[in-house]
Amino acid sequence: MKKFKVNKTFKEINEKIRHGKAVVVTAEEMIDIVEKKGALEAARKIDVVTTGTFAPMCSSGVFINFGHTSPRMRASRVWLNDVPAYGGIAAVDCYIGATEVVEGDPLNSVHPGEFNYGGGHVIEDLVAGNVIRLRLEGYGTDCYPARKLEKNITIHDLRNAILLNPRNAYQNYNCAVNMSDKTIYTYMGVLRPRMANATYSTSGQLSPLFNDPYCKTIGIGTRIFLGGTKGYVAWHGTQHNPHVPRGKNGVPKEGAGTIATIGNLIEMSPKWIVGASILGYGVSLYVGIGIPIPILNEDMAQYTSVSDKDIYTQVFDYGVDYPNGVVKSLREVSYKELRSGTITLNGKKIPTAPLSSYYRAMEIANTLKEWIEKGTFLLGEPQEILPSEKT
Amino acid sequence: MYSRKVIIHYTADIVDQPIVHRLVKDYDLAFNILKARILPKREGLLVLDLVGTKENFDRGIRYLKKSGVKVEPLSDRVTQNTDRCVHCGACIAFCSTGALYIDKKTMMVLFDAEKCNGCELCVTACPARAMEIDLF
Repeated sequence: MKKFKVNKTFKEINEKIRHGKAVVVTAEEMIDIVEKKGALEAARKIDVVTTGTFAPMCSSGVFINFGHTSPRMRASRVWLNDVPAYGGIAAVDCYIGATEVVEGDPLNSVHPGEFNYGGGHVIEDLVAGNVIRLRLEGYGTDCYPARKLEKNITIHDLRNAILLNPRNAYQNYNCAVNMSDKTIYTYMGVLRPRMANATYSTSGQLSPLFNDPYCKTIGIGTRIFLGGTKGYVAWHGTQHNPHVPRGKNGVPKEGAGTIATIGNLIEMSPKWIVGASILGYGVSLYVGIGIPIPILNEDMAQYTSVSDKDIYTQVFDYGVDYPNGVVKSLREVSYKELRSGTITLNGKKIPTAPLSSYYRAMEIANTLKEWIEKGTFLLGEPQEILPSEKT
Repeated sequence: MYSRKVIIHYTADIVDQPIVHRLVKDYDLAFNILKARILPKREGLLVLDLVGTKENFDRGIRYLKKSGVKVEPLSDRVTQNTDRCVHCGACIAFCSTGALYIDKKTMMVLFDAEKCNGCELCVTACPARAMEIDLF
């Protein structure tokens, strides 16, 4: 066990937060602090570093209980604004997934499909308090005789609406280019032929899991900013994979850790939960997430000081390689370079565009900072740390 | 040199008049056709980038208005819905004129309507559907 010069506990930091004495900075501000004062001094001074990310996160959805009808019904098929929800849960429960497309959508039959409405938009409409057409079908049982029902509802008519996202806040993600000769339409946006543009999708130095690369403080029960209110880390996310190549600073150089998140949709805001239509690909949901990282020791101070120049990802060809399952990195690129607006690949300068909103990520980190400073948001000590590599 | 992008709406009864030709001959304006659409009843619209002296440009616009076509700046018809925009930046990969760009200081996505040429690529490229164009 490594010995530290600074040793703080969640409990001690929470005590400071309660008394309005905690020193909180954003992950952006922490870069300068550690550079000027060093990790040890920073660890003594700073208690919490806040992070943020706002991007389309496909593996998201909402568990809904819409309450019993009269006569009662075992709703086995459910639609919200004509978007199918999964009804095989219980009599009046369903799960609406972010990427489900509205029934009757032409999809990609006229390529590229526009995907103007789907699960992500239903979720945004719910959060915004908009009226939603709920349509139910059942097969009729002795206890649940009703077979069909349609009515207008808003989120306030629901007994429960729980956002439960199986995979969010990817620790790192590919940079995408297209080496083929035709324009392609992907979940990484439209990629023009012969490497005419490159897209990427993380908030880099502000991104939650980049600031705790070995997930030493994040686990089940970590309290987070989710969709404009407080939420929690429920589990490690699907596809969570800590065993990847890392830089000297411990930061994964490719897609690695993920988190499953949970929170009360009824308390969320449509500013932070936004439906997304991805041309030629489908529907998704922008989700706003921020994680407060407790500075328990000088190592955590060092981790949270990571900056874009020291965070790397891989560039992949989405024209041929990626769709065929060929994992071949074209080069390694830093987020500093990606955020500069151009990267160089095979001697060619390629303009870059993010899919993740750095502006909104900053807003989340600052909001979380305010909540903690005001004492309205306490750190949640994880019951179990996310699976990770040993350091 | 003065340069402005304008939308010209014309009706079926004047479609046979060489109005763009007059802009060149009488008002010494260079033009670049950015878009041209003719609708079923032969009414339509032209999006032109007009370049000339400010005086000639103003005179040319007066001529257009007098000849019965409706003229308006393209920039009036293309807007960034700031309530919808989440400032992700996905649009900047499409915008060939640099009208959409990320302000490096604030990291906000900004829209310079004067630079826009009305190509409409951003409308469906924006995942949040924040770009609105209404040319008609």
